[in-house]
Amino acid sequence: MAESTEQHGPLEQFEVKSLVDMHLGGLDVSFTNSSAWMVLAIILATLLLTLSMSGRAMVPGRWQSISELCYEFVANMVRDNVGSEGRKYFPFIFTLFVFILFSNILGMLPYSFTTTSHIIVTFALAFVVFLGVTVIGFLKNGLGFLKLFVPSGVPVALMPLLVVIEVISYFIRPISLSVRLFANMMAGHTMLKVFGGFVISLGLLLGWAPLVFLVALTGLEIGIAFLQAYVFTILTCLYLHDALHPGH
Amino acid sequence: MPQLEFDTYTPQLVWLAITFILLYLVMWRVALPRIAEVLEERQSKLQHDLDEADRLKGEAETALSEYDAALGEARGSAHGIVADARAKLTAELDAHRHEVEADLADKTQAAEAAILAAKQEAMAGVRAAAVDTTSAVVARLSGNQVDDSAVGSAVDAAMSGRA
Repeated sequence: MAESTEQHGPLEQFEVKSLVDMHLGGLDVSFTNSSAWMVLAIILATLLLTLSMSGRAMVPGRWQSISELCYEFVANMVRDNVGSEGRKYFPFIFTLFVFILFSNILGMLPYSFTTTSHIIVTFALAFVVFLGVTVIGFLKNGLGFLKLFVPSGVPVALMPLLVVIEVISYFIRPISLSVRLFANMMAGHTMLKVFGGFVISLGLLLGWAPLVFLVALTGLEIGIAFLQAYVFTILTCLYLHDALHPGH
Repeated sequence: MPQLEFDTYTPQLVWLAITFILLYLVMWRVALPRIAEVLEERQSKLQHDLDEADRLKGEAETALSEYDAALGEARGSAHGIVADARAKLTAELDAHRHEVEADLADKTQAAEAAILAAKQEAMAGVRAAAVDTTSAVVARLSGNQVDDSAVGSAVDAAMSGRA
């Protein structure tokens, strides 16, 4: 897939390599490095969120606290941004948050693969959200959902323009949602690799400067890993709120 | 750019669907209900403990006010008892004093009477002695027997002149 000159380039880390070739009725379902890290992410998430709670302690330990913190973090987000009707969608939103968070964090490990640095993955997630929100909007409000595109308290003359803008912004949602996550992950990891390359090429004498920067950047990237999982989830909550309460 | 190699899209999408749905099922069916249960249990335990604390506080306050009331009552009755005892003691003391005073007055009267009697007796004794002595002195000096009644009147006259 990659040319030989790109063997150790900063984009090499994003290459999807098949580990086990598999085909199902003409469909390529090969188990790739991307699949492996997705599987690892859900195994670790499951282990953390089930094993830590097996004690069911009244006073939680460290691991149980982490699980409870995750739960309450997402639960509060859903309650504050969607409202009490959001409870039904809480498992999905929680899964979304945990999946993205674990993918992002695992991507910070050296030699790992960041599944969320691929636009097709983030777009698939964003598109499912977009589709789900749109379906829920029409199921709950019928054609009243279209009120979402008609801002209230606007002069009639401006109405056609604003409706067009609202419709466009609505359809851009899955793109902005997916590109935000993908671009953050890809840019961050590319930067880390570029500065890693500087450390090596500048050698023992001058390599310290980019190394210091690399350490700071790694801290920032860990923060971004959390932040982007949060942003993706909270935007999903806001879209869901729009679907449940379309009137502006 | 590896992100735009379209032949990797199908395996990525297939495995994303598999892993995401699996994680969703595990979260929905196993992990989240368990966490929710533990959180609810803790919440209800806390609520129960708080209610219990409230109840005990109320009981303590009731007991305190009851104790205060009992204390006030006891203080009031103690005052009553002290006042009663004081009045009773005063009355007893007064009665006793009256008795003693009456007794003393009786004794004084008796003593005065006794002194008066003794004085009269002593005076009578003095007169008899004076009469005897005068008779004897007169008889010796004059050699004549003197009439007792004359001596008696002379002595009486002398004594009344002295008295």
